[in-house]
Amino acid sequence: MSERENILGRIREALQTRAPFPGSHGETVAPVSAGSPASHAREWLPSVGASIEEQFDLFARNAADLKADFQLFASREELKTGLLKLRDAEKWTRVASHGGTLTDFACQALGLPAMLTDRGYDVQEMEKCDAGISECDALIAQTGGVAVTSRSAGGRALSVLPPHHVVLARREQLVADLPAAFELLRQKYAPDYPSMISFITGPSRTGDIERILVLGAHGPKKLTIMVF
Amino acid sequence: MSTSVSEFKTRAAEKTGDLRLRQFIRTALRGYETARDRRKGAFQSWESARQAAAETKWEAVNHLDTHLESLVARLEARGTKVHWASTGEQAREIIAQILRDKKARSIIKSKAMTSEEIHLNHALEKEGFTVVESDLGEFIVQLRHEAPYHIVFPSMHLTRDEIRDLFQKELGDAPSNTPEDLTMVARRVMRQKYIAADVGFTGANFAIAETGMISITENEGNARLTAALPKTMVTLLGIEKVLPRFADLALFLPMLATAGAGQPMTCYNTMYSGPRQAGECDGPEEWHVVLLDNRRTELLADAEQRDALHCIRCGACLNVCPIFRNVGGHTYGTTYSGPVGSVITPHLRGLQEWKHLSNASSLCGACTEACPVKIDLHHHLLQNRRNASAAEPAFFERLAYQIFGILANEPKFWWLAKKLGWLTQPLHGAVKGSAIDPAKAWTKTRDLPPMPMETFKDWWRNRK
Repeated sequence: MSERENILGRIREALQTRAPFPGSHGETVAPVSAGSPASHAREWLPSVGASIEEQFDLFARNAADLKADFQLFASREELKTGLLKLRDAEKWTRVASHGGTLTDFACQALGLPAMLTDRGYDVQEMEKCDAGISECDALIAQTGGVAVTSRSAGGRALSVLPPHHVVLARREQLVADLPAAFELLRQKYAPDYPSMISFITGPSRTGDIERILVLGAHGPKKLTIMVF
Repeated sequence: MSTSVSEFKTRAAEKTGDLRLRQFIRTALRGYETARDRRKGAFQSWESARQAAAETKWEAVNHLDTHLESLVARLEARGTKVHWASTGEQAREIIAQILRDKKARSIIKSKAMTSEEIHLNHALEKEGFTVVESDLGEFIVQLRHEAPYHIVFPSMHLTRDEIRDLFQKELGDAPSNTPEDLTMVARRVMRQKYIAADVGFTGANFAIAETGMISITENEGNARLTAALPKTMVTLLGIEKVLPRFADLALFLPMLATAGAGQPMTCYNTMYSGPRQAGECDGPEEWHVVLLDNRRTELLADAEQRDALHCIRCGACLNVCPIFRNVGGHTYGTTYSGPVGSVITPHLRGLQEWKHLSNASSLCGACTEACPVKIDLHHHLLQNRRNASAAEPAFFERLAYQIFGILANEPKFWWLAKKLGWLTQPLHGAVKGSAIDPAKAWTKTRDLPPMPMETFKDWWRNRK
């Protein structure tokens, strides 16, 4: 018999006895919600405001808490100015990015040599880039983070290898909470999900030395989220 | 007495005597508590979220066979190679064989308690592979040839000075003792190792049956890089990690971060559903997922304690446990320490050899209250005690309780015992705390209050 059959056999035998339902203490209790418990997650997770303005406020507060730099612009032109300011302040000479409406616009605006990941790339070369510029699938007000995938954001490494990750997004990409973000991903991709989906919530960090926060443990030291 | 008991006692005595370490750990955990309470407070209902998480895990674990089959079918459909391992030895052999086939030399690892459980690094190093831990805390304890102190914070017992000295000695590079500088040393060292590694190895926090994904929770980005750069990726997954639905993560990811580290979400929560797919520009060409039983099915067979398989390894029960705080993680001598370690280790490694861990508890219940998936931890500690003594009764303990039963059931005997106790107690002073003291375990570090001549009953009767 294969190990697969052995393990499944042991599981089936073990499950012949029923385990008590959580919190029942021998009595019959109704589940907190019928069907999938997590489908009611929205009622329990941290609250988000009802209006878009409140949700952008919340996103900004959460991003600041995470030490991410969130910049909201009124127009594409303003976004361009913001990008140029960032380029000059950080003295970028080379960036990595991928093909996309917003990223193409940004690369053109920056006027710097840009390494695109779309058709494969050299890792050492990406490592030398000053910033990785990508799009995203959603901005999540509840957490102040973004969701990216290997399909929408230039692969797996672009958002973690360069020392600065710049995320470009449109206002309408904001979703209220995590359940909404998962629903959006399901509608956009199921059943053919990208091989990697990542929720990025702030720049890379560690507290492994005396529990003191240090940014840029392995991933980017800086995360800038630019939205117009 | 088994070696694990005597080692536990020796180490516990040593660590509880180290006041500097205890103070250091207490300070670290106080910071955690403040942050965790703030994040729990932000939930509209943390308690309902806990109940829902417990119910979701209950559903997953009590239909484990169907969920595993669904997970595996979906993983395989997208080109992932799935392996099944009943024992740690089988898992080690499967992984070593993958490395041999790939003619790999160097392996970059992100944090995985399952690999600690099966002592993977040791086995691979013996075969000549170079294994590098990329999580900063794991990297530090690896350089010290030590086990992780805590399942979430592996190096929390070390001061910045100790880490600076370690880096100076092992890496020849430590500009100062600031956490910032030391982290940057590790970042520099690790960057080239990612790029050079042949194989990336990861653990997993969750596996999604519905969509065939594994989910990895981390802060540093090391798992992201491990799963992005090497040509081959290997993931070791405990079979109990499944969740039924993709959307369940909307609840579990923030709960894990809150309970585990007092964060609203950890920095990177990443779901992988296959190796590099057509049209994607990077990622591993091959992905192997190794499913590990290693006696989890024995725990599953114990319906009373089956909920211990709900554990999401957040470490919350360790952080609040008065025993863990004082004896420390290494004292347990187990991969999983603290209350949950004390509950599951007897199932995974033998009840009689590890039953003492269930006695190393004040049964205060802080662990049960802290658990985000509502594992009934402190009752399970009691059940382990009961099961251990039912299987192998302790002769003197039974004798003592039988004698007590006779005395307590007969008023004349009880009266006599009290009087004898009062008369002989002054003589106890001569042997107090010494090897021949029958109450040594208690009196070594404590006083026994003097027995009064007049009992409460006597006083009540004579009060006028």
